Amino acid sequence: MSPQQDDAILDVKDLKMYFPVTRGILRRKVADVKAVDGVTFTLKRGETLGLVGESGCGKTTTGRCVLRLYQPTAGQILFEGEDISSLSESKMRHIRSNMALIFQDPYSSLDPRQSAGSIVGEPLKIHNWVGSQSEYKDRVEQLFRLVSLDPSMIDRFPHEFSGGQRQRIGVARALACEPSLIICDEPISALDVSIQAQIINLLEELQEGIKGLTYLFIAHDLSVVRHISDRVAVMYLGRIVEITKSRTLYENPLHPYTKALLSAVPIADPFVEEKRERIILKGEVPTPLNPPSGCSFHPRCFMAVPECSQVIPPLRNVGDGHQVACIRV
Amino acid sequence: MAELLKVENLKTQFNTEGGVVKAVDGISYHIDEQEIIGLVGESGCGKSVSQLSVMQLISTPGEIVGGEVIFEGQDLLKYKAHGSEMRSIRGAKIAIIFQEPMTSLNPVLTINQQLTEMLELHLKMSKKAARERAIELLSMVGIPSAKSRIDDYPHQFSGGMRQRVMIAMALSCSPKIIIADEPTTAVDVTTQAQLLELMKDMVERFKTSLVIVTHNLGVVARYAQRIYIMYAGRIVEEGTTKDIFGKPRHPYTIGLLKCIPRLDEEEGRKLVPIEGLPPNLINMPPTCAFLPRCSYKVGRCFQESWPPLKHLHGQHYISCYANTEERTSEPAAR
Ligand SMILES: Nc1ncnc2c1ncn2[C@@H]1O[C@H](COP(=O)(O)OP(=O)(O)OP(=O)(O)O)[C@@H](O)[C@H]1O
Ligand SMILES: Nc1ncnc2c1ncn2[C@@H]1O[C@H](COP(=O)(O)OP(=O)(O)OP(=O)(O)O)[C@@H](O)[C@H]1O
Ligand SMILES: [Mg+2]
Ligand SMILES: [Mg+2]
Repeated sequence: MSPQQDDAILDVKDLKMYFPVTRGILRRKVADVKAVDGVTFTLKRGETLGLVGESGCGKTTTGRCVLRLYQPTAGQILFEGEDISSLSESKMRHIRSNMALIFQDPYSSLDPRQSAGSIVGEPLKIHNWVGSQSEYKDRVEQLFRLVSLDPSMIDRFPHEFSGGQRQRIGVARALACEPSLIICDEPISALDVSIQAQIINLLEELQEGIKGLTYLFIAHDLSVVRHISDRVAVMYLGRIVEITKSRTLYENPLHPYTKALLSAVPIADPFVEEKRERIILKGEVPTPLNPPSGCSFHPRCFMAVPECSQVIPPLRNVGDGHQVACIRV
Repeated sequence: MAELLKVENLKTQFNTEGGVVKAVDGISYHIDEQEIIGLVGESGCGKSVSQLSVMQLISTPGEIVGGEVIFEGQDLLKYKAHGSEMRSIRGAKIAIIFQEPMTSLNPVLTINQQLTEMLELHLKMSKKAARERAIELLSMVGIPSAKSRIDDYPHQFSGGMRQRVMIAMALSCSPKIIIADEPTTAVDVTTQAQLLELMKDMVERFKTSLVIVTHNLGVVARYAQRIYIMYAGRIVEEGTTKDIFGKPRHPYTIGLLKCIPRLDEEEGRKLVPIEGLPPNLINMPPTCAFLPRCSYKVGRCFQESWPPLKHLHGQHYISCYANTEERTSEPAAR
């Protein structure tokens, strides 16, 4: 790997996003929802980092902060070396042509009154990416072909496409201005099982073909995340509890939450299932409005000791890029 | 174990403006006492409609147009959908748990009112005894401080807790069969694991049979003893869980296993997508519905109507004309 490819495209440091909870007609702030509470990770150019965790743990919020669709409460977001966490909206517009988002729901995320072609081409216009009408048309057709959609379908409307095809339209739009970073927020969870593989393969092939294309891949399905990612970050209640290479995630998980999460995912193979250890957690995920003290996983943890309720364990390196936030490891 | 329920050639259709939707097109399956079976297939293949048909919960424009549902020696389809015979079976002898608990829990009644109603109606319990039994059931399914929470309304419970209440309700009259229709699709994976484990423990304890309806192959690999794979309103493969995963023989089953990522896969494994789309069930051709997507097709597939189930060995059957055996001798997806 050349040093060019090894450099960081995104460096997120101690990111916090608190949403105020207000009450009364004066909208007085009474509390904070700590949706993201001190998240640190690095994305290398050309890699895929998976962000996995259960509903409400802050995956989408993290992604939206990186795109600056939210103004973070605290922390730094270095994109291509520049701190964008407090850039003005006009400067951000320029940066955003270099980042894109693919949404979860291919049914509601596309404007039903716009043709497929104009949905895909819209970012080209917003970012003045093409000079002439003919350049625009060429680029849109090129994008259609890139995601294996027939360019003759350019004038069709979203309802005339299947779910998988609509997600392809979303991918084509995301690719329009040749971004270096794409945030994929649950890009396949709304699709049929037999269609999901088509989109996963498409994303993988694009990355092989486009040098330096980097993904932050957000999903709750651990098998999918592990398949597509080079490294995986596991989130729990607004914090990252473990970051590791995809391979090590299954073979050598260290954080007790990661272990429980892995064991909760059944493998489509009865011969393997027979031998697997099952960790059944107690209770449910607490609310980020009132998280437990110390390590927020401690009330459900099978390894907890009294100290766990007192200190917030930092994410620390345990070798070979494997990071874990647990005092018992 | 003895056979408990036998469904023969069940057909249910919806008569819509666009045409006839053959949602369930002649399926046959059975479940033994204390058995856990899985009914697997993609969205729209007829899983829910088949189970609702067994319970006679189909309303217009839907219509059960053929078949038998033999339970305890009687054909349930001979009973009137709203008659007293069906009412004494529904909920009492065969209970169903739906995907979204809010559609089956009444939001304006307390948990107590909903749980005791069944006990009073079917088991003729007194109000007091029913309440005590309800509390007992709630603690059995893991609702903390059941005694004080029993007078709460459904919205006061989390999604996972509501699903537990549903399980308690399903168990309340000690049914012979529980049908769990995607009971855990709307909840998180650690909650899913809790609920499935709970269901497994409960059916063992109550000596109940369980039908798990799902699109998740992992769930049935973990819990089911036998599996039925559905495609476009039909069963295309059935067998023991080890048959289905160890020696899948229908092209659709083989395709599914090759296109899903698995947690323990080798690095660099390529997924093989199933080409094309699942069919729209309106005005289907008489040939095999998987034909347009099939990579094993042979001449016969184009000429003859949908292949009948063919016996392979033991409890393993497929509905396919092609010889898929040669090509599946390569190790299954890993
Ligand atoms: N705009 C908002 N205002 C207030 N609270 C919010 C807002 N957006 C998210 N939250 C809260 O922040 C927490 C994290 O939400 P987020 O959507 O980031 O979770 P997620 O990990 O993406 O979950 P899911 O898997 O369900 O998509 C949740 O408790 C959520 O209710
Ligand atoms: N009321 C209705 N009118 C017309 N068609 C219907 C109706 N209800 C169901 N269908 C059709 O019947 C078919 C089978 O539906 P069913 O709900 O059984 O699918 P399923 O396998 O349970 O799918 P899912 O996994 O999405 O729950 C579908 O094609 C559906 O569109
Ligand atoms: Mg989200
Ligand atoms: Mg269904």
